[in-house]
Amino acid sequence: MEGEQPKPLLELRGISKSFGGVAALREVDFTLSEGEIHGLVGENGAGKSTLMKIIAGVHAAYQGRMLLAGQPVSFASARDARDAGIGMVHQELSLVPQLTVAENVFLGAQPLTRFGTVDWPRMRREAARELESLGIDADPAAILGTLPLGLQQLIELARVLFSGARIIILDEPTSALSPPEIERLFSLLRRLRESGRSIIFISHFLDDVLQISDSVTVFRNGRRIAHAAVPTIDKAWLIENMIGRDHGELADSYVNRVELRGRPETDVALEVEGLSLTGAFSDISFRLHSGEVLGIYGFMGSGQLELAKSLFGRRPAERGTLRLAGRPVRLSSTSRARRAGLAFVPESRRSMLFAQEPVYKNVSIAILDHIHRFMLRPARERTIARARIGDLGIRPPSAEIRLGALSGGNQQKVALAKWLTRQPLVLILSEPTRGMDVGAKEDVVRIIRKVRDEGIGVIVISTEPETVLSLADRILVMKKGAMTREFAAQSVGKDELLAAA
Amino acid sequence: MDATARTERRTAGRTRRILKDRLRTIAPFATLVFLVAFFGIASPSFLSFANLQNVLQQISITGIMAVGLTFVILCAEIDLSVAAIANVAGVVIAFFTVQDSSVNIANIPLSGGWAILLGFAASFLLGGVNAAATTMIGLPSFITTLAMLEIGAGICAVLVRGQIAYAVPPLIQTLGSGSIGPVPWIAVMAALVMLISHLVLRYTRFGRYVYMVGGNREAAEYSGVNVRWIVNSVLIISAVCSGFAGMLGVAHFGSAQQNEFDNYLLDSIAAVVVGGTSLFGGSGGIGETIIGLLVLGVLNNGLDHVSIDSFVKILIRGLILLAALIINIYAQRLRESGATA
Repeated sequence: MEGEQPKPLLELRGISKSFGGVAALREVDFTLSEGEIHGLVGENGAGKSTLMKIIAGVHAAYQGRMLLAGQPVSFASARDARDAGIGMVHQELSLVPQLTVAENVFLGAQPLTRFGTVDWPRMRREAARELESLGIDADPAAILGTLPLGLQQLIELARVLFSGARIIILDEPTSALSPPEIERLFSLLRRLRESGRSIIFISHFLDDVLQISDSVTVFRNGRRIAHAAVPTIDKAWLIENMIGRDHGELADSYVNRVELRGRPETDVALEVEGLSLTGAFSDISFRLHSGEVLGIYGFMGSGQLELAKSLFGRRPAERGTLRLAGRPVRLSSTSRARRAGLAFVPESRRSMLFAQEPVYKNVSIAILDHIHRFMLRPARERTIARARIGDLGIRPPSAEIRLGALSGGNQQKVALAKWLTRQPLVLILSEPTRGMDVGAKEDVVRIIRKVRDEGIGVIVISTEPETVLSLADRILVMKKGAMTREFAAQSVGKDELLAAA
Repeated sequence: MDATARTERRTAGRTRRILKDRLRTIAPFATLVFLVAFFGIASPSFLSFANLQNVLQQISITGIMAVGLTFVILCAEIDLSVAAIANVAGVVIAFFTVQDSSVNIANIPLSGGWAILLGFAASFLLGGVNAAATTMIGLPSFITTLAMLEIGAGICAVLVRGQIAYAVPPLIQTLGSGSIGPVPWIAVMAALVMLISHLVLRYTRFGRYVYMVGGNREAAEYSGVNVRWIVNSVLIISAVCSGFAGMLGVAHFGSAQQNEFDNYLLDSIAAVVVGGTSLFGGSGGIGETIIGLLVLGVLNNGLDHVSIDSFVKILIRGLILLAALIINIYAQRLRESGATA
């Protein structure tokens, strides 16, 4: 297939890269042709980002060779790569929302008058011409932050093009876009292809990848697994290659298949109806029974993390109703949510724990109003903390040690511990096992199962299919802010989850 | 042999870590000891009993304001309106007291108790405005209280109209300028405010929340702590403390007028920070503030006892403040690097 492609513009040969002894890329080859849109897919940690960072000059140290238009190149910095005509549009835009569209297009390269001041009229004129030539309908004088996200993304693309990029890397460009915005982006990409530019399109959204790409490369575990022209492949082929069902790896995928228990015959702990929050999720409805673990899965940016925060009153939803154990509730703040019987462990450890304080204060913070009327009773706090340390197997088993001194897995257990003294009706966990070693992961899974068996309704929200598969009794899939599919009392594998998201 | 060496090294490591952790509190204390020793040797009059009384009196008004500010700074907020609110409370009690016929500021003299109550009510109200603007509208407290500084000055200007009032309610007169035995009442009041605040911060649920909100606001939020309520409370506590300081101050100086406490804003912030309470919130306390007050008090008073060019004194004060701030920030970095390691 690669043989029949026209002039290769960028070639990578035998690229390897490791971080602290862990191989991120192993002997990877990659070829990008002129005037090609090249899709790049793979699970988190498959090596896509590492490879792109090498191409964009972010990682300067690696093994292997890189050829640009047949000439060997090595970039010492992102600046070198940019000067060579390689531009990258990151998932988090690198624009300044407070500045105008024109200023953003020219960011760092404003045209100057002969007195060395910024030549504003010229800047606006040229920005307007540039945007028009790309078919982007935006006023150069508008403040960037006031424009819709999709348009901002196109403007970032315009900036990258304006800096002279021939190769453009797009990282998850569609995750935050609405369907019409995606269509607009795609028509712009096609026009760029016509003009001979080459585009690398990285995405978790396989439908989008298949729609726009000429060919697709699949990565898995730091290796390039497959490459094929788009008309010859479909979504199932991509998923198979991403998670490795073929090539005698059936055993592995068998392990990945899980029998879901489904909904238990218990009361409804939480009923959500028509919950919407602009820019995050819309019309979310589901029921959580007590004594079940409901997994909510979706790619990064699908709105499930925002949903969790919203349920806990951090960013209250704009529309929709919530019922806790049958009673309608309005959760306008986290303290109300806590008193109503909700508990939440956010995805980032920094935002759930007090690193400077001893373990016992971290454990007692959520129940202070139940153990103390007015004066503190530290002895009681310590007793409670020691009980939780014992229950959850927190190491080292000390209530006095400063939390920041614990390992990540143990910090996560402390974050769970603070909600387990007074049992909540509903426990919401966002990415509960992310970044943990196997042992700590197993501990957390065991704790969550135990909590479920005690009759608490648990919601596990994650962007990792393994996490929901290993924990959930029932799985809901979210895609671009909407609930798209439910898996209950059935056998489910990673491939089906990926296909639904 | 080997084992002893290792133990020794470990002990040394631990000592160093404790020193690092405590740098913020040790440094101000060492500064205080040094200043007292220095002025004690440089000037025999410095260590006299009468002068000690002086120092106490001089730091009492700043002290009451600084205590309120300690709550605010522990929450990683700031209150720039303390001096202005003190001024308002002082002017309000004078406004509602019968003045000498030459002073023409009010025609509604109330009994002393009511005037004092109105003084407290005014400071509570202004603190409430600070709180509402900060937590409900979401302005940074730096901006809110900066506006309140102007508003307070404006209220004072409108009430006294450039005049100076001398009479205050008798109770305030006693507390502000009287003394029991050798101890000035105003120092007793300051000590009382400090003691109560210390107990509140160390031993109550509210105090714990203040530290937790200052230590990591987001984590407090995600633990279901009513962060808004805590921030409201500290801003109101600060305003009420300032109001009390202002009322006592008016009696102490024997007059109520515009801009009377302007110097006290920076002094009270300086006292809190020099003492070692973190500007980033979450660590420090009343004990630290007391040390900070004593450092500033000894410095201000001691410089008057040695023969230094009075213009240079201002410079010396500034340099010492800068040093204290640098230590504060440096200690914060050490703490943070220690927390992640």
